[in-house]
Amino acid sequence: MSAPIALVDCNNFYASCERVFDPRLRGKPIVVLSNNDGCVIARSNEAKALGIAMGEPWHLCKERIKTQGVMVRSSNYTLYGDMSARVMEVLSHFTPLLEVYSIDEAFLGLAGFENRLEDYAQSLRAKVQQWTGIPVSVGIGPTKTLAKVANRTAKKTPAYNGLCILIEKEAQTKALSAIELEDIWGIARRTAEKLKAIGIKTPLDLRQADPKAIRRNFGVVLERLVLELCGLPCHGLELSPAPKQSICVSRSFGRPVTRLEELSEALSAYSERAAEKLRRNGLAAGYVTVFLQTNRFRPDQPQYSPSAGLALPVATADTATLLRSGNEILRALYKPGFRYKKAGIILPDLIPQTETQGALWGSPDTPERQSLLGAIDTINRRHGRQTVRFAASGVQRGWQMRCDQKSRNYTTAWSELVSVT
Amino acid sequence: MPPLPETTAPLPCEARIHHRIPVYQCPVPAGFPSPAEDYLDRPLDFNELLIAHPAATFAVRVSGESMIGLGIFPGDIAVIDRALTAQNGSVILAVLEGAFTIKILRRKGDRVWLEAANPAFKPVEINEASQFEIWGVVRHTIRMLAA
Repeated sequence: MSAPIALVDCNNFYASCERVFDPRLRGKPIVVLSNNDGCVIARSNEAKALGIAMGEPWHLCKERIKTQGVMVRSSNYTLYGDMSARVMEVLSHFTPLLEVYSIDEAFLGLAGFENRLEDYAQSLRAKVQQWTGIPVSVGIGPTKTLAKVANRTAKKTPAYNGLCILIEKEAQTKALSAIELEDIWGIARRTAEKLKAIGIKTPLDLRQADPKAIRRNFGVVLERLVLELCGLPCHGLELSPAPKQSICVSRSFGRPVTRLEELSEALSAYSERAAEKLRRNGLAAGYVTVFLQTNRFRPDQPQYSPSAGLALPVATADTATLLRSGNEILRALYKPGFRYKKAGIILPDLIPQTETQGALWGSPDTPERQSLLGAIDTINRRHGRQTVRFAASGVQRGWQMRCDQKSRNYTTAWSELVSVT
Repeated sequence: MPPLPETTAPLPCEARIHHRIPVYQCPVPAGFPSPAEDYLDRPLDFNELLIAHPAATFAVRVSGESMIGLGIFPGDIAVIDRALTAQNGSVILAVLEGAFTIKILRRKGDRVWLEAANPAFKPVEINEASQFEIWGVVRHTIRMLAA
């Protein structure tokens, strides 16, 4: 018998974060919009009940949603990131085996708690709710895949009170018989269609399939999934995050951008952010790629979405070097006469900062530069992002994302605290 | 499941910020090591004083005068600890009818009141119809006396 694995998932995480600090949102339908207020990316249960779909473009559902009394928020990732860290911190009190899987999900190894899984999981739910205000659901199974199924079952079945345990074979069978192939973690629609074509129509069929045959037809990933459905763990907990392979910072603009100067400002801001991420992870970049995109949803407008890259002589985490290289590429890519929708910088080839090697025409970032940039990072951490920045990233920033309905940074800025009487 | 946005801090991360105030500092004169060197201690950490449960601690700004009798004034920052359980007599941050308010919790039998620390405010009894929630316990207040 393998050790139980729990998947803890925050319920409607972004909507729940907004609700913690704004009591007027309690019990009301809430939607949260993506960066740039593009589409709906999170819904409270009440909003789901109104039939608002995930990914609905905001400009299409705006009018309808407003008449339904739905509260709307632009995404506030500063707040969600802080609340996520708090939730993960509370979870870490329950096991040393914690894999933070995404901003609102974590896998927990529960070896040693086999005899009191239910009590333990319910006390975990209660503690996260009390300490952070965020409601969570817990699914427990012998494998990550079954823990995912359990979590889904817990969410969909109110009578389960936010917890579903699929340790017994019969319980697994019952849960699997209530879902579709596409509901299983890691099965895309296309794969599901192919499986159905060869007679594997349900999750139970898939569990009974011959793993070796699945491997021949679909590859090792799906074979592992079959084994996981049978209760044989193939995916262990990843307790230390894998080092980043690449960094990408890109954003859609708040409005179409046509001028090179504005593109350059935006790209500089993204480069600054990318460099900051490099330093936070102790990495250096040896290659820079820049891309531009026009709006592909406007086929009536001329389209141009180029990208190009440049190898750096010496890997660096210095903002100034990345700014220069990025802008050099941008000037080569830019053509007037297009309405650009998005730009971005990709650093695809990262090495640890300590392993950078000098070259004939350059040396690694000097200690003086490193401490200067370290000081900038510290100031920005303490006094808020963008307190100190490179002038190249602009002052007016007309291209910035729209976030018209963003809540305050209640947990990270002294000037934005909740006001109480 | 929303994708991990690029703006999040690396996870997991600690919710507290270290801010140190040195209580002992002495440049070491060449040739004469400081006699205190062996006795150097860690500087006072105000987080230790103010934050018992980092993940459960939040700050809010006071704007009303209902608690001036307990020395809680408009403009003060109240440090709220959600890990503490409110008792009879606790100063709490409550949500009452959709608004945040700091009051004293009073319980007697099955009955619950929110009491102000200012005679101008009458106690409010909580009943079945009230939209009421205890958000957290007020553990400290902080007031700036000089800039």
